[in-house]
Amino acid sequence: MKKVNKRVIPGFGLSMGVTLSLLSIIVIIPLASLVVFTSQMSLSDILKTITRDRVVASFEVSFLTAFIASAINAVMGVVLAWVLVRYDFPFKRIVDGMIELPFALPTAVAGIALTSLTSDQGIIGKFFAKFGIKIAYTRIGIVVALVFIGIPFVVRSVQPVLEKLDGSFEEAAGVMGASRARIFRKVIFPEIRPAVFTGFGLALGRCIGEYGSVVFIAGNMPFKTEITPLIIMSELQEYDYASATAIALVMLLFAFLLLFAVNLIQSRNAKILKGG
Amino acid sequence: MHENKIGSRFVKWLLICVSILFIFLMLVLPLITVISEAFRSGWETYKQAVTDEYTIKAALLTVEATLFAVIINTIFGVFAAWTITKFHFKGKKLLTTLIDIPVTVSPIIAGLIYVLTFGRQSFLYPYLKELDIDIVFAIPGIVLATIFVTFPFISRELIPVLEAQGTDEEEAAALMGARGTTIFRRITFPHIKWAFLYGIVLCTARAMGEFGAVSVLSGHLRGKTNTLPLHVEILFNEFKYVPAFAVSSILVMMAIIILVIRSVVEYIGKKET
Repeated sequence: MKKVNKRVIPGFGLSMGVTLSLLSIIVIIPLASLVVFTSQMSLSDILKTITRDRVVASFEVSFLTAFIASAINAVMGVVLAWVLVRYDFPFKRIVDGMIELPFALPTAVAGIALTSLTSDQGIIGKFFAKFGIKIAYTRIGIVVALVFIGIPFVVRSVQPVLEKLDGSFEEAAGVMGASRARIFRKVIFPEIRPAVFTGFGLALGRCIGEYGSVVFIAGNMPFKTEITPLIIMSELQEYDYASATAIALVMLLFAFLLLFAVNLIQSRNAKILKGG
Repeated sequence: MHENKIGSRFVKWLLICVSILFIFLMLVLPLITVISEAFRSGWETYKQAVTDEYTIKAALLTVEATLFAVIINTIFGVFAAWTITKFHFKGKKLLTTLIDIPVTVSPIIAGLIYVLTFGRQSFLYPYLKELDIDIVFAIPGIVLATIFVTFPFISRELIPVLEAQGTDEEEAAALMGARGTTIFRRITFPHIKWAFLYGIVLCTARAMGEFGAVSVLSGHLRGKTNTLPLHVEILFNEFKYVPAFAVSSILVMMAIIILVIRSVVEYIGKKET
C-alpha cells in the first residue's frame, strides 16, 4: 500500500510538518481550548447569557449597522470598480491605491480621526448638526466607521471581473438598441453579481467583528450604540470568561455561516473568471 | 447617436465625481484630520508627544510584535503554500479552511481564545506559572495575538500564484536530481517573489495596526505592554487629543509608506508577468 513514488517533488514530510505544527500552536490549540471551555458550560447558562436584554440589543446594533454599511459599500464598491476599470481620469492611480487605505491604516487611528471629524466640533459634524443630524456617538457614526472599514472588499472583488468582461456583448446589446441602463442591468450586472455578493459577504463579516474603529465613534451606550465585540470585551475585563465565550459563540457561528456562503459563491465566481 | 454620446459622457463624469467625492470624504479627509490635529499646538508639542518615553516604548513593542509576526508567518506561508500546491493529500480543503480562520473571526474573539488557552482558568496555567512564563497581559500574549490575526496573509498570496504555475517544472527538476532547496530557490521562488513581497507588506500593515486582539491580551500597562495603537487609545480616552493624533500621525505615515510600496510591488509584478 505504499504510494511514495507518486510524490516526485521532495520535502513533503518537512513542509507538512512545519505547516501543521505552526497551525496547531497558533490556531488549533487556542480554538480547541474554546471548545473545551464551552463543553464545561451548560446549555441553559449559554442561552441565559445570550438572551440577556443588553446582549440581544447589542446583536441588533451590530448586525443592523454592519448590514447597512455593507449595503452602502456594495453600491459604492460597484461604482468605484466601474470608474477605475472603464474610465480614465486624472489621479486615477492614486485613487486606485487609496482604496487599500483601510487595510493599511490602524483601525484605532481611523476611529479617532472619524470621531473628531463627525463630532459637533468636526467639519462634517458641524455641517450635519445644522440639519439636526448627529453622527458621532450614534448608530450613524457606527455605520460611517464600518463603511470606512469595508470599502476595499467589494471594489477588490468586482474589479477583476469587470476587467475580464467581454465587451462584445455590451456592444451587441447597444447595436440592437438597448439603453445604457438596460445594458447594465441585463448584460453587465449578471456577470458581476457573484463578485458583488462575495465582497458584500466579506465586508459584512469584517464589519460585524470590527472593534477598533467603532469603539471611539460609537459612544458605547448600552442598548443604543453598544456593539457585541465591546460586550465581549467588557465581560473579559470583569473576568467573566463564561459569558464572554457564550456571546463569542454566537458571533463565531455567524462568521462560519457567512464564510460558508461566501465560499459557495466564490467557487462559482472562480469559474466565471477562468471563463468556464 | 450623438445624443447618446453626450448622455454617456454625463454619466461618466457623474460617476467619477461621485467616486472622488466618496474617496475624499471617507479616506482623504480622515488622514488630513490626523495630521492637522497633530500639529494643532505647533511643532514643539508634536515633537514632545512623539518623543515621549511611553510613545517610544510603545513604538518599540509594535516593531517587535510586527517583526515576529512577519517572520513566523513567512515561514508558515512558504511551507504551507508549498505543501498545499505541490502535493496531493487528503484533507487539503480542511487545512485551507483552518488556515483562513484567523481572518474570519473578530479580533476580540482572537484575544478571547488566547485568554482561554493561557489565562488563569486554563489547565496550562499551573505549568506556565511553574516555568514563570507570563503570556496573558504580557508581551508574549501581544506577539501571539499579532501572529494570529495576520497568520494566513503570506500563504494566501502565495497559494494562487503557485497553483497557477503548476508542478511540472518542479517535477522535472526533481527527476533530474535537484534537491528540495535547490528546486525552491531556482524554480519556485522566482515565480512567487512579487506575491511574497506583497504578502509581507500586507502582513506588516495589519500587524502594526492590530488593536482588538492585542487590546484583550495587553492589560494596558503603560511602558510595558502598550503598542502604538493602544497608546493612541489611552491618550484619546484621557482627552489628550493632540498627543493622541501626534502618535497616530506616525502610524498614518507608516500606512502611506506601505500603500506606496504595495502599489510599486503590484505594478512591477504585473509588468513582469
